[in-house]
Amino acid sequence: MSTSRVAEFDVVLTRYLDIDGAPLGPLPAFAADAADLVPLYRALIRTRTFDAKAVALQRTGRLGTFASSLGQEAVGVGAASAMAADDVLVPSFRDQAAQLWRGVTPVELLLYWGGDERGSDFAGPRGDFPISVPVASHVPHAAGVALALKLRNEARAVLCIIGDGATSKGDFYEALNIAGAWQLPLVVLVNNNQWAISVRREAQSAAQTLAQKAIAAGVPGEQVDGNDVITVHDTVANAIARARAGEGTSLIEALTYRLSDHTTADDARRYRGDAEVSLHWHGEPVARLRQYLVGQGAWSRDDEEHALADAADEMERATEAYLAMAPQPVSAMFDHLFATLPVSLRSERDEAMGGEAGHA
Amino acid sequence: MATQILMPALSPTMTEGKLARWLKQVGDEVRAGEVIAEIETDKATMEVEAVDEGRLARILVAEGTEGVAVNTPIAVLGAEGEDFSPAPQAASRAGAVTPVAVAAPAHVAADLDWGPTRPTTVREALRDAMAAELRADDRVFLLGEEVAQYQGAYKVSQGLLDEFGPRRIIDTPITEQGFAGLAVGAAMNGLRPIVEFMTFNFSMQAIDQIINSAAKTLYMSGGQMGCPIVFRGPNGAASRVGAQHSQCYASWYAHCPGLKVVAPWSAADAKGLLRAAIRDPNPVIFLENEILYGQVSEVPTDPDFLLPIGRAKVERAGTDVTLVALSIMVGVALKAAEALAEQGISAEVINLRTLRPLDIGTVVASVKKTGRIVTVEEGWPFAGIGAEVNMQVIERCFDWLDAPPARVHGLDVPLPYAANLEKLALPQPDWVVAAVTKLF
Repeated sequence: MSTSRVAEFDVVLTRYLDIDGAPLGPLPAFAADAADLVPLYRALIRTRTFDAKAVALQRTGRLGTFASSLGQEAVGVGAASAMAADDVLVPSFRDQAAQLWRGVTPVELLLYWGGDERGSDFAGPRGDFPISVPVASHVPHAAGVALALKLRNEARAVLCIIGDGATSKGDFYEALNIAGAWQLPLVVLVNNNQWAISVRREAQSAAQTLAQKAIAAGVPGEQVDGNDVITVHDTVANAIARARAGEGTSLIEALTYRLSDHTTADDARRYRGDAEVSLHWHGEPVARLRQYLVGQGAWSRDDEEHALADAADEMERATEAYLAMAPQPVSAMFDHLFATLPVSLRSERDEAMGGEAGHA
Repeated sequence: MATQILMPALSPTMTEGKLARWLKQVGDEVRAGEVIAEIETDKATMEVEAVDEGRLARILVAEGTEGVAVNTPIAVLGAEGEDFSPAPQAASRAGAVTPVAVAAPAHVAADLDWGPTRPTTVREALRDAMAAELRADDRVFLLGEEVAQYQGAYKVSQGLLDEFGPRRIIDTPITEQGFAGLAVGAAMNGLRPIVEFMTFNFSMQAIDQIINSAAKTLYMSGGQMGCPIVFRGPNGAASRVGAQHSQCYASWYAHCPGLKVVAPWSAADAKGLLRAAIRDPNPVIFLENEILYGQVSEVPTDPDFLLPIGRAKVERAGTDVTLVALSIMVGVALKAAEALAEQGISAEVINLRTLRPLDIGTVVASVKKTGRIVTVEEGWPFAGIGAEVNMQVIERCFDWLDAPPARVHGLDVPLPYAANLEKLALPQPDWVVAAVTKLF
């Protein structure tokens, strides 16, 4: 018998700020001047304020089921801020941080979560995908966009965000495998918030890391501290640069923690203790970056109060606009079913619209 | 039933070639996919595979013959019980090919007059449709298992890699959910993918992508993001491939809003409807049939030939009963109509062509004339195409019916693998004749 080592792999974890916001060494170039990080910090606050408003609207019966990103804001802000405008975001249902950064408006997001399809017809990043509620079925779509970019010889990249739970699914593996085989310009970012609804990360997979799932697909996989927006931004920026340069697909596992319920339809206290959640409030992304900025003299209590007030104002105005939006007409039920409504459906539509007239 | 084996084309531009060698002799048993001959051009050598199974009944073109025109019948495959004795005048030159009768029904209610036609296999018609659209639109590309190097598991994409190259004719790993999902994403980003499923049975792995993503995203994104895509491949029973590889998906996909579902029968259907499907801005399910791939019928040579999605065709006019069929069952219905004619019953045969949106108007107009309807489908009866067509007929022209609507369908069981049982589970012309006779 003869055995030999034919392949070796490792998975690295990167972190620039410790959980109290202290730098662990020199920061990447984009973060050299703390003042340049202020827009990222404002985006973290803006996302957290949006989430709080949306949960409040749901609790008062004015919004449908909503998935908060509390505690995970740095994943979306760090990633989206590393993208160019012409890159394509293919988001999951907890990616409002990334969507807001990309230019989807709070009104559009509220419309979407309020059950109005006009919310996905966003005016801003037209090439970005609508929210995927089905888990992981958007990873093949993202790879498909990357294929389209590659076939058209466009130096652009696709960022697909999924949760830890999605990495158990076949469509995730199939898409990653084919993206690896074809060297597609794709970055898959796993928001590992440790919970697939009520199933702990350890119960989802025997794999030591989720990043190592990339290795089987032949693409680089690494872990980052997902509560450190500097690390997320830097790592995603590098992966996007590789993708744009024709060097193929990457997978990044961002380690974070879901401080909220899974959605407003969930009560996480039924399956996890308060002590565990309290523990994870230490090191959450907003406080962490704030501590760093304050330490660098780039942020003050006054700045904080103004930023919070600005975000609250914006979300208040968005709420008013959302609530003032006229409901969709009955005909909207048939709009966009096909590019042009087939004749066979016209009578059904006309009948439904007749009902509308009758109730008017 | 005898099946012709035709001289295949190595590329869309090939017009003739040399029949280099026969690997089978008259009387030999041939299995589907088995190599039976080799052909050569000045550029390449290719193996000819049998599509159907049976015994090689006649060799029509001797090996070593040069200049054999594409689509010339080169051999005849017979079913059991047929005469396998060598044909006395087996041709030694291409010019001496013995023509074999192929059922070519009279098209009573014709399509638009597209001018001159030429005999074409369904396989070739599908390839020609893709080639034409690939030439016309840079956004169109084909992907699937074995579509490029291997030229298609059933040789439908023959020659496309040569002409369009590996960027547009793409072999995928065995990953139906993966490549269907990739194609959906590419379509949403502005390309126009044609996805070949080696058979539609494998589309079950990808059905979430087809229904939840392709069919619903335009609707769910408020019109922001459409999905112009064609999912195509052989559907339904082939021959002796077992229950898991013999299923008809017509009613599965026709059930779903947001999809268009097309089921061609003739070569002209295949070409005209596939071109329309590729141009359609919506997701289209294109249900082919493996047994029909080798069948020959007339296709217009007009380079603009196209058939509209959503329109049925009256294949044979009649006055006493309406037979409504799809895909390979159109042929079964036409045979039944011939048998019924001998009994003095005049059957009108409608080829549905499109299942969604359904051209119920053509069916209703016919039933108002005949007063009787029998639907013919290969799939299972429960919530099937026949159930839907008959219900719509009841809703729209109940008072014109002289007899209860009836349906002929595959037996409500997984398709048996055993040859004797398989035959008994799929609709035959005499089933249709029996169903019609009961109405009088």
